[in-house]
Amino acid sequence: MAQGPISDIEAINGPSPEIELEARSVRRGVPEGLWIRCPSCKAAIFRKEAEKRLGVCPECDHHFYVSAKTRIEQVLDTGTFEEWDPDLLAADPLNFKDKKPYRERLVAERKLTGLKDAILTGCGMVRARRVAIGITDSAFIMGSMGSVVGEKLTRLTERATEQKLPLIIISASGGGARMHEGILSLMQMAKVSAALARYNQAGGLYISVLTNPTMGGVAASFASLGDITFAEPKALIGFAGPRTIKATIRIELPDEFQTSEFLLQHGYVDRIVHRNRLKAEIARTIDYCVGW
Amino acid sequence: MKTDFYLPFETSLKNIQAEIDAASGQQDGSSEQQEKIRQLRQQWVDAAREIYSNLTPWQTVQVARHKDRPHTVDYLSLVFDEFVELHGDKFFGDDRAIRTGFAKLDDRKVMVIGHQKGRNYQERTENYFGCAHPEGYRKAMGKMKLAAKFGLPVICFIDTPGAYPGVGAEERGQAQVIAESMFLMSQLETPIVCIVIGEGGSGGALGIGVGDKVAMLQHSYYSVISPEGCAGILWKSSEFAELAADALKFTSKNLAELNVVDDVIEEPIGGAHRDPHEMANRVKKYLLQCLDELSQLPKSSLAQNRYQKFRKLGMFLEPEVSR
Ligand SMILES: [Zn+2]
Repeated sequence: MAQGPISDIEAINGPSPEIELEARSVRRGVPEGLWIRCPSCKAAIFRKEAEKRLGVCPECDHHFYVSAKTRIEQVLDTGTFEEWDPDLLAADPLNFKDKKPYRERLVAERKLTGLKDAILTGCGMVRARRVAIGITDSAFIMGSMGSVVGEKLTRLTERATEQKLPLIIISASGGGARMHEGILSLMQMAKVSAALARYNQAGGLYISVLTNPTMGGVAASFASLGDITFAEPKALIGFAGPRTIKATIRIELPDEFQTSEFLLQHGYVDRIVHRNRLKAEIARTIDYCVGW
Repeated sequence: MKTDFYLPFETSLKNIQAEIDAASGQQDGSSEQQEKIRQLRQQWVDAAREIYSNLTPWQTVQVARHKDRPHTVDYLSLVFDEFVELHGDKFFGDDRAIRTGFAKLDDRKVMVIGHQKGRNYQERTENYFGCAHPEGYRKAMGKMKLAAKFGLPVICFIDTPGAYPGVGAEERGQAQVIAESMFLMSQLETPIVCIVIGEGGSGGALGIGVGDKVAMLQHSYYSVISPEGCAGILWKSSEFAELAADALKFTSKNLAELNVVDDVIEEPIGGAHRDPHEMANRVKKYLLQCLDELSQLPKSSLAQNRYQKFRKLGMFLEPEVSR
């Protein structure tokens, strides 16, 4: 192995091109159409039908990308979501510029996604159980964690500790720690993990839900620290991106490598949960665990 | 001047050194000759000081990766009076990319944890170039718990391109162990001092990087991603690593400005690899100073302060109107 490109953020390379395409096509206007094509079985599906099934292919059960906003509708009781810290905006601490300045990228991403950053946090009810909830959205710079995502998750966790609420974090972050904010993004991993350690100390129940994709610095921090870990079927979950691994060890990777099923088999996931069961499974887990 | 390997930007040093060697070779003992050598040495020092006080980020990376740069095992022998290596992760195997064990720092008993890259080809292969597997982090966590149980401070030397990207590493929970290690360190009731001695490669570095004091050697770097990796993603080719290095702002100076590191330990002229003994002295002095300071604090406030230290990191905008 040569010196050089090894990093969790390279996980951004990880998701296969199809996954990225899927995330992008969904946000770039395909929602207007009546029909969508399943990226897995290639069937043409009536949009309404897919939506009725919570964004799951009726032919092959493939779980499509769903936005953080849609997740809230799927998981929380209607009208119960109260957003926390909605106005936090990314600064540009490094004055970062690649082919495009980070500032411009942020403006463009906000416009495309209707989000201010890659996460929504707040509280709401899951079948009448009050919870604190955070959801990352892979459409916004691959769901990567910079200072805003880190700060919102930390505040979420701190408030869940104060208010003694069960904590649900649903991850959809292929980008890991956001490189445009450099070392400060990396430090968010420690910051959120430390907040979760205190929450744990206080006896809180944290349910981590891994969805497609959860990679790099997000996988290597809050996403892996749940008391209970759920994963949606066939999500891509891992530390290093498959492309990086392939480049390092130069062998073909096993078919199921870094899928939810692979993680379950190796002991890192408690249950693989179909999207139409997620709400019920969260409610049931809360009932088993929460005394406070 | 203890290196035969010159970096591309050190041509002037190489040339002056060649002149010094030539002059010393034809030693006739005359005072004129001696004076010439003395002057050349002075020239070398001036040139080295000039180059090393103006390293670009990319040059810094090259220094941080220099093949003769002191590694964890060098500090173990130069800084400490004794090192008792403890190998077991009690789970899978002994990861040679992370070394852990008891050590004596003057009369203080401590636990040292450090990445180890390896000096020659065989060592580097055995150590996966300092890229740890999950067993390395599990071993480190086990030894940190042991240290906390018996009241030993923990000292971490960070020097890794990143955690190992491989099939076995994923199967054995690379993401899981890095997360758990930060989780553990944030609450550990014993002083923790972390020093980035070479490469601070992303999650693999931070996995042993949550300390009461976090310092960097002057010419080390600490980054969310390697410059090659960043270039590969954002510029679509690792050839643009130099541009990525500029953009990522990962030098010790940058990190001190961002409050990510508490202290920067100055390196000898021409870099740590030219005078490992002097570098080790400075590291030792720093460690003693930190442990003196941290041992004054009650254990309960250590974790509290550590939480606040990391809690403050990050920069964002928050309009006053909110809430
Ligand atoms: Zn399908």
